[in-house]
Amino acid sequence: MTMMTGAEIVIRCLQEEKVEYVFGYPGGAVLHIYDALFKQDQVKHVLVRHEQAAVHAADGLARSSNRVGVALVTSGPGATNAVTGIATAYMDSIPVVVISGQVPNDYIGQDAFQECDTVGITRPCVKHNFLVNDVHKLALTLKKAFYIANSGRPGPVVVDIPKDVTAAKCKFEYPEAIQMRSYNPVVKGHLGQIRKAVHLLLEARRPMIYTGGGVILANGAEQLTRLTRRLGFPITNTLMGLGAFPATDPQFLGMPGMHGTVEANLAMQHCDVLLAIGARFDDRVIGNPDNFASIPRKIIHVDIDPSSISKRVKVDIPIVGNVPDVIEEMIRLLDAGNAAPDAQALAAWWKEIAAWRAKQCMKYARKKNVIMPQYVIEKLYEVTAGKAIVTSDVGQHQMWAAQYYKFDEPRRWINSGGLGTMGVGLPYAMGAALQHPEMPIVCVTGEGSIQMCIQELSTAKQFRLPIKIINLNNRYLGMVRQWQEMFYGSRYSESYMDSLPDFVKLAEAYGHVGIRVERPEDVEPALRKAFIDHRDDLVFIDFITDQKANVFPMVAAGKGLADMILTEDL
Amino acid sequence: MRHIISILLENEAGALSRVAGLFSARAYNIETLTVAPTEDVSLSRLTIVTTGTDAVIEQITKQLNKLIDVIKVVDLSEAAHIERELMLIKVRATGKDREELKRLADIFRGHIIDVTESTYVIELTASGSKLDSFIQAIDAGLILETVRTGVCGIGRGERILKV
Repeated sequence: MTMMTGAEIVIRCLQEEKVEYVFGYPGGAVLHIYDALFKQDQVKHVLVRHEQAAVHAADGLARSSNRVGVALVTSGPGATNAVTGIATAYMDSIPVVVISGQVPNDYIGQDAFQECDTVGITRPCVKHNFLVNDVHKLALTLKKAFYIANSGRPGPVVVDIPKDVTAAKCKFEYPEAIQMRSYNPVVKGHLGQIRKAVHLLLEARRPMIYTGGGVILANGAEQLTRLTRRLGFPITNTLMGLGAFPATDPQFLGMPGMHGTVEANLAMQHCDVLLAIGARFDDRVIGNPDNFASIPRKIIHVDIDPSSISKRVKVDIPIVGNVPDVIEEMIRLLDAGNAAPDAQALAAWWKEIAAWRAKQCMKYARKKNVIMPQYVIEKLYEVTAGKAIVTSDVGQHQMWAAQYYKFDEPRRWINSGGLGTMGVGLPYAMGAALQHPEMPIVCVTGEGSIQMCIQELSTAKQFRLPIKIINLNNRYLGMVRQWQEMFYGSRYSESYMDSLPDFVKLAEAYGHVGIRVERPEDVEPALRKAFIDHRDDLVFIDFITDQKANVFPMVAAGKGLADMILTEDL
Repeated sequence: MRHIISILLENEAGALSRVAGLFSARAYNIETLTVAPTEDVSLSRLTIVTTGTDAVIEQITKQLNKLIDVIKVVDLSEAAHIERELMLIKVRATGKDREELKRLADIFRGHIIDVTESTYVIELTASGSKLDSFIQAIDAGLILETVRTGVCGIGRGERILKV
């Protein structure tokens, strides 16, 4: 067996893991690794302009596919810049491996140049992390990193490698599979519990299915769709779970939560049996947990992570297991028992839901001379025929994209739900574009968010990524402005975006196409121009939108789900 | 409610800070924490005394189990168990106090393990509450220094925490 340097081992491990793209930024502590990277062409490196974007792009690649995203950063500032990306991936349980350089072993603790305690800094926002102090442990540690990142409830793993380890040599051995005595994620759900759940579902008179990002991450959309259609129950997908069930299907009630639909929120609130799958009863989804718990309903909760169960809401039937396996088992039991839910009760329940739906809570007032942001998303949906991968940043535009773009398939909607990180949209789109060169990739953003990672326009140029940036430019930090209008007496403290760049010129300066759209009738032609005439270019469309548009419906923070503010209430 | 949570974890660098960090990050309470390697040096045994409602304790157990370095978690206080804590207490021992302190140490089955003209160091092993009682039994003005290890505990009989 030949001897390899630590740096060569790192690259070899990435090859073994079939990693196609690594997003990174070189620096002193990773120079050996970059040299090893240079000497091969299997693993391609994408040079970002800021390490935060490296992790976001790796994260975006992972979300848009079923692969582990990989980022490579140097020690010190390289690692600290990556922290926001790592925390973002952690909050949404995204499998990412971040390799960071570290100062040489015998410099650690000496306040060396570009030294920081990467393992210490990232510990609270990773699934696990490692400091590899010996080259002999390197290959096994990387194997563990990939295994941990992508099994059980996925999450980011950081592997911190001192520079001397990347220079040291040893034999390369890469295990096929791995066993860890301290880590054995449960896969199969408890059959007795699943049986009880199915029994309860069949007894329900006002059933509701509520699913989250866990269904997408576990690739359970197909099973979920079959189960939901088999039962004929209403279903809602959270912000993280959109696309797990086709949004155009009549059984779909829209998104729940703070900006959810009336029908989804009221059905969540008033159901008698709630089947929660891969969702975690987040504060943005159920509002005030005491209010939610004040109405009696039985809850079945399927999740791979036991700590998600009965964390915020007490659950009656917990099922720990891999989502598609558990759903398959439910379908099998339903088929075997040849049982069906009470058709009469279900019809009455659907009638109740139809009345809530009739409120048409997503209707908004069109304006003749001003572009409504919702309208841009509706047109985007039409022009892309609902077939694009849509990433977003964080704020009002994120909610409008989630509300008005109908996702019929999983892994088409990519956003930061848990951490709510502004600036993710463009790097997410870069990761998705590399992974899916055949698909239209859209980044829905605002003039606030886009400026948080605007430097990546340069990366997108270098790698010829034909992303379409939909900038909903209302000259305000819109969501902040909305809260200030509603809860702070319209005192718009620091939420106005002054001295904005000319985004068209900015896009052109980076070598892209820029279009400004100021009138409603120009929205669709501009989109067509971008997606058809400039199919292979990055196009930045700056939509000058209504400054006062708010996201509705809205459940104010700390309120109950039924306590919704609708457009007409104002 | 007070709970004694016992954890078997990989004896790896940083494993302790993962446990301690979890408690501070999720605003759980730590009264005492002790840790040392076991007969198998690849394993550490960690004991935490904490308080919380049943729901909080359930979350603590689940969150601990989620840590990659944690192999097993048990709530010792759920069933029959023994708990002990070691205290070293240095007291001012002069005049008639010398006799009185010796007597108190005997009553609590402690040992005087260091003697000078003016001080004693008393070693006492007992449950945490017994140590508290001892401290209360002594004139507070005489206490120069106390060091406590924190609680460690073990299940009774066949109740065994092992890999």
